Amino acid sequence: MSVETHEAVHRHEPPTSFIRKYIFSLDHKVIGIQYILLALVAVIVGMAMSVLMRMNLSWPGTNWPILATLFPGGAPGGVINPEFYLSLVTMHGTIMVFFVLTTAPQGGFGNYFLPIQIGAEDMAFPVLNMLSFWVTLVGFIVILSAIFFSGSASTIGPIGGWTGYAPLSALGQIAGPGQGMGMNLWIISIAIFCVGSLLGALNFITTLLNMRTRGMSLMRMPLTCWAWFTTAVLALLSFPVLLGGGILLLLDRLAGTSFFIPGGLYVSGILSGTNPSFPVHTGGSPILWQHLFWFFGHPEVYIAILPGMGATSHILSTFARKPVFGYRAMVFAIFAIGLLGFFVWGHHMFISGMSPYSAMTFSILTLSIGVPSAVKTFNWLGTLWGARIRFTTPMLFAIGFVSLFVAGGITGLVLGQTSLDLPMHDTYFVLAHFHLVMGVASIFGMFAATYFWFPKMFGRMMSESLGKIHFWITFVGVYCIFVPMHVMGLVGMPRRYAQFTEYTFLTRLHPLVVFVSVVAIITVLTQFLFYFNLIWSIFKGKKAGANPWDATTLEWTTASPPPHDNFAGVLPVVYRGPYEFAVPGAPNDFVMQTEPETETERVGGNGHNGHRH
Amino acid sequence: MSTEARAVHFPAADWDGGVHPYRVGHRKLGMWLFIVSDSLTFSALLMGYAYLRASNVWPTPFPFYPSIVFSSVMTFCLLSSSLTMVFGVSASSRGDKILARKWILATIFFGVAFIVLHLIEWNHLISEGVRPFSLPAHWVSTFTTTDGKLPSPLFGATFFTITGLHMFHVATGAIYLSVVAARVKKLKHEDIEISGLYWHFVDLVWMFVFPLIYILSVDVGGHLAK
Repeated sequence: MSVETHEAVHRHEPPTSFIRKYIFSLDHKVIGIQYILLALVAVIVGMAMSVLMRMNLSWPGTNWPILATLFPGGAPGGVINPEFYLSLVTMHGTIMVFFVLTTAPQGGFGNYFLPIQIGAEDMAFPVLNMLSFWVTLVGFIVILSAIFFSGSASTIGPIGGWTGYAPLSALGQIAGPGQGMGMNLWIISIAIFCVGSLLGALNFITTLLNMRTRGMSLMRMPLTCWAWFTTAVLALLSFPVLLGGGILLLLDRLAGTSFFIPGGLYVSGILSGTNPSFPVHTGGSPILWQHLFWFFGHPEVYIAILPGMGATSHILSTFARKPVFGYRAMVFAIFAIGLLGFFVWGHHMFISGMSPYSAMTFSILTLSIGVPSAVKTFNWLGTLWGARIRFTTPMLFAIGFVSLFVAGGITGLVLGQTSLDLPMHDTYFVLAHFHLVMGVASIFGMFAATYFWFPKMFGRMMSESLGKIHFWITFVGVYCIFVPMHVMGLVGMPRRYAQFTEYTFLTRLHPLVVFVSVVAIITVLTQFLFYFNLIWSIFKGKKAGANPWDATTLEWTTASPPPHDNFAGVLPVVYRGPYEFAVPGAPNDFVMQTEPETETERVGGNGHNGHRH
Repeated sequence: MSTEARAVHFPAADWDGGVHPYRVGHRKLGMWLFIVSDSLTFSALLMGYAYLRASNVWPTPFPFYPSIVFSSVMTFCLLSSSLTMVFGVSASSRGDKILARKWILATIFFGVAFIVLHLIEWNHLISEGVRPFSLPAHWVSTFTTTDGKLPSPLFGATFFTITGLHMFHVATGAIYLSVVAARVKKLKHEDIEISGLYWHFVDLVWMFVFPLIYILSVDVGGHLAK
């Protein structure tokens, strides 16, 4: 039985060499920033791809000389061909989901702030932490290389969407463009990413359970920590299943097995088994891939959004100057969402041909996620109710998160019903739904987190005026992009098509398509304001003190930026819950978690302090 | 709320810090979490196997001898290795690191014996003509149903994938235990216990693989021999 104290195990001196300090660092703060940098790079790649796709949709035939040089196979003469469009769809989805929405919220902010918020000096396994980042980075390099290794005379990346549905993804070169080496690299990249995420998840859970400081009981943790913890549990349980599926898919492609390939396929004019280029395949099930993929894929959606929920709860409370409404309910709601997330994967497969009875079950379970989601939403509104809100940039983004989560979540209730999903499946309605709720909402959570914690990470404030311009253009922009997409979906515009010029029933939507593209380009350009703000503020921002937002949790008790061991060798002691704002009789309108109880509190008691568990 | 009122009287009462709250060290907890996640990888493969087996005509080609006898001896090796690992951890808990090392070496011996036997078994099947993508011709003719449905070539795919992944885990475990045996004097008892956790997990996986892959595919009527 190990009973040694934290200090004895995890004291390590700050490294002095540049490489140990900034490159192969064991410091969770540096690793967190590395993850955020990775996401900041990956998101530019993903956004560039979405702009190319929008241009192709609204102004077909646009000539991009640079594309002709970079991708002679995908854009001959600079004009994107349909195959290249599909590979852009695939790469955009994969890069955004895995290398942006999974890395920044969890690997980035989680790594940086989870240990500090629970009063630990570092993660439980610093070396594993470093490895998980570098493994993830290798995965990113592999996915980027996928677009350049697609076989003979072509620079078209993998084609298969971020879901990589079999049998298309399982057949290999015979299945057409985008199914060669690029697809292998796509699978390998995902497998590498799985390993990196597993290492991270293991580390997060161990750290949170084992390394909380004196007084930091579970029910005194900030909601951010609960969100990161739940996310880590989801990652721990869902990534290994994707890894298993990925191994099988790779074997189908490389070892000639038929796990996901049914018999009697007639592909590219060849019947399976009648030609050496297409050896016989029989007995496999494409639906099996869908089951394995979505058993991972649905929890993955919550892996993306939960940290944003945590950050939003935290920030709303701080700037509403009120305790989080229903802290305990929030904790249970996070867990309920995480748990239910494992039982609803079938709602992605309503049209796959699975039994209508199981579709019914998945439908009911899916709709029941609305309950904990509503608990969270109403608790956020309850937190804001009657508050004297400080409308700082992080607060605006947190409110924006709530708005987007509701707007995107409502359509989840529509799509979760089998009868409605059947006509809407694979239309722009689905696209709009998940972009709003898991894409943009999580990104808003991360924007809020960036503006909120930037002063802690770099010791300087970000520019508020630039931040507010960034918020308003982005907020209005994303609604202008995605609300029209719901309409397009209802009209019947299908996802993933490179162009719609040949469909007469969609021609009347063309002005809307152009409108969306114009707004998308404006919104993407606005993001460079954010990048500028980041870089400018690191050097020129207003100096920030230890606690610029008058917040209560442990990260604000230490210097900005925190020293190597977070609390300069003195572990904080926690006496109360995380959100003690506007405590009656207190000298300030906020009480830090480290503040011992006063005599009056001991006698009189007050609203919100440390729940026991 | 009454709970809150009570909390006021016990500043930080329920968690004083300084010790691990669940009486388990970082590394041990980490190993448990790894085991949970790794068991899900195996679950994914076994569920896939169940799914494919249920939706196909599945050959049942394993004769009592050599396949089942062989795999039973393999199972016996793994079970013995778990027993020796228990003795090793127990010796280590008493502080007898030298004895612990001997038991761990015995564990490695049984683990390697398992791998050798398993490779012989693989070799046997491969020479009979089983491939990840096809069955031997005489299996196909034997197991084709009366209404003409062919047996699934996925037999080889699932067999080699699942037992292969398991064998990889045994091999990794043998290397891991070798490192533990070499450094046994420097390691804390908990570290030896952790290596035991991993080893028992690998054995436990086999206790699912053996019945699901081997026993369920026994050639009960002796069809192949006829």
